[in-house]
Amino acid sequence: MDLAMQQQKAVQLRADIIKMLYLAKSGHPGGSLSSLEMMMALYYNVMKVDPKNPKWEDRDRFVLSKGHSCPALYAILADLGYFPREDLWHLRQYGCQLQGHPDCKSTPGVDVNSGSLGQGISIAGGMAIAAKYLKKDYQVYTIIGDGECQEGLVWEAAMSAAHYKLDNFTVMLDHNHLQIDGDNDQVMGLGDIMKKFEAFGFTCYKVEDGNSIEAVVEALRKPHNGKPKFICCETVKGHGVSYMENVAGWHGKAPNEAEYLQAMKELGVEIDG
Amino acid sequence: MAEKQASRVAYGEELLAQGRINEKIVVCDADLSQSTMTCKFAKEFPDRFFNFGIAEANMVCAAAGMAHSGLIPFVSTFAIFGSARAYEQIRNSVAYTGIPVKFVLTHAGLSVGEDGGSHQTIEDIALFRTLPNMTIFVPADAIETKKMVRAAIDIDGPVYIRASRPVMPCVTEEDTPFDPYKAAVLREGKDIAIFTCGLIIDESLKAAERLAQEGIDACVVNFHTIKPFDNETAVEIANRCGAVITAEEHSVIGGLGSATAEALAGHSSAKFARVGIQDKFGSSGTPARLFHEYGIDADGIVAACKKLLAE
Repeated sequence: MDLAMQQQKAVQLRADIIKMLYLAKSGHPGGSLSSLEMMMALYYNVMKVDPKNPKWEDRDRFVLSKGHSCPALYAILADLGYFPREDLWHLRQYGCQLQGHPDCKSTPGVDVNSGSLGQGISIAGGMAIAAKYLKKDYQVYTIIGDGECQEGLVWEAAMSAAHYKLDNFTVMLDHNHLQIDGDNDQVMGLGDIMKKFEAFGFTCYKVEDGNSIEAVVEALRKPHNGKPKFICCETVKGHGVSYMENVAGWHGKAPNEAEYLQAMKELGVEIDG
Repeated sequence: MAEKQASRVAYGEELLAQGRINEKIVVCDADLSQSTMTCKFAKEFPDRFFNFGIAEANMVCAAAGMAHSGLIPFVSTFAIFGSARAYEQIRNSVAYTGIPVKFVLTHAGLSVGEDGGSHQTIEDIALFRTLPNMTIFVPADAIETKKMVRAAIDIDGPVYIRASRPVMPCVTEEDTPFDPYKAAVLREGKDIAIFTCGLIIDESLKAAERLAQEGIDACVVNFHTIKPFDNETAVEIANRCGAVITAEEHSVIGGLGSATAEALAGHSSAKFARVGIQDKFGSSGTPARLFHEYGIDADGIVAACKKLLAE
């Protein structure tokens, strides 16, 4: 699929995210919409995975450390055929394989449980260490949130990633600048996040438009230089739905019927029942 | 009888022995390998030993990542930091998924001694017990520690082995069968049963000797596995003896005493009392002095047994 088609695909996946949250009546639209293109850059362009064999031993690994953005991951996994798209409409319901936060035991294609912030990046680091010990050449990718960087565990994980020279490990930051209680800088400022990861021993790249699949792919293809890689993706929280964009209040709230219909209209996607 | 040895030393030896025959075993420590005795494994297998520095939360999650990659990580540090400090990581990254991370945490309980209350974990068993999928072993001695390490490798899930700092006398033999799911009677008796584990087994056996001199026939049972708990044996012995004391180097809240109470409730009318740390923190002192002051030595157990029988 070429990049132009992928941007078209992003519109459909965005609509899927909104629809599943509308039907679930809860969940996290803001961060799902901001990080969608980052995950698409990975799954449609960079990662070696096989939807028919989700546990393929030599696959690249992906850990959604900011697990609350899983609607975006679920939309992609369904599109790739890991499970039927219809399952999306039962997100967060009892008995559905799509849990409120990623659960590797119930969902094909989900590599680890995540959602308790800080833990995903640390688990991913352990996977990268294991790959080195096992002499496997697969890559490990993780997406963290900016609010998540307030967790001390993120920095413990960063320190050990550099110590163990994990040049098979890429940390991507969904830098949408907002968290539940407001702007990062109001809640607990991150400071110069690029310089911080650089000081922790990462090769760092910045993507000015993290909602451009092409720009994210370009950064993902840049060299590690013998170190773990950090990619700061500047994104827009709630990207693609006008009333959600850059509004902290849409971090963890589902759209009502009117909001759902408006989002579908804006995206130009027909409601398919 | 075999030589006295600390459970942590036995762990270090068995870990190395198992490492030699199982390449899936990797070891994580948090700057305490000289104390947890993972240093032996580290020396022979430097490429399979990962020091995470003084960062227990990251160590636990990284070990989870290793387990997700098909390895069998052993995680060691002092029990206070490996349990309470990293608790939510153990819960969400390990127990929730049920992956085979093996926690062998050392220097548990009051027997850390002089380091004092900040380093004496009296709640670790309680914390681990509340986690679904978790297995909990408290070794009786060095011999049983080695059997537990082997059993832990065979269990397809997370395991906690509570190891101690001091040298322990041997109360089992090499050929004593170790069934992880069955408590072991160390001494038969008909008047009262002492359910115990770990370092307090020796105190309980001494207590039983002294009770015998006073005509009280005490049974001593090694409840080496706190979870899953052998409810059946607990109820059967309680109903046979009519009186049960639990004795442990742990808070009476959440440990062996609680597990026994939960097992007996509704299934036994035996008299029951718990010897353990009575909802307070530890303090500095020699292990022997602390065991005495906190009432978990032979003196304390004898007194508790007599009091219960007199009720």
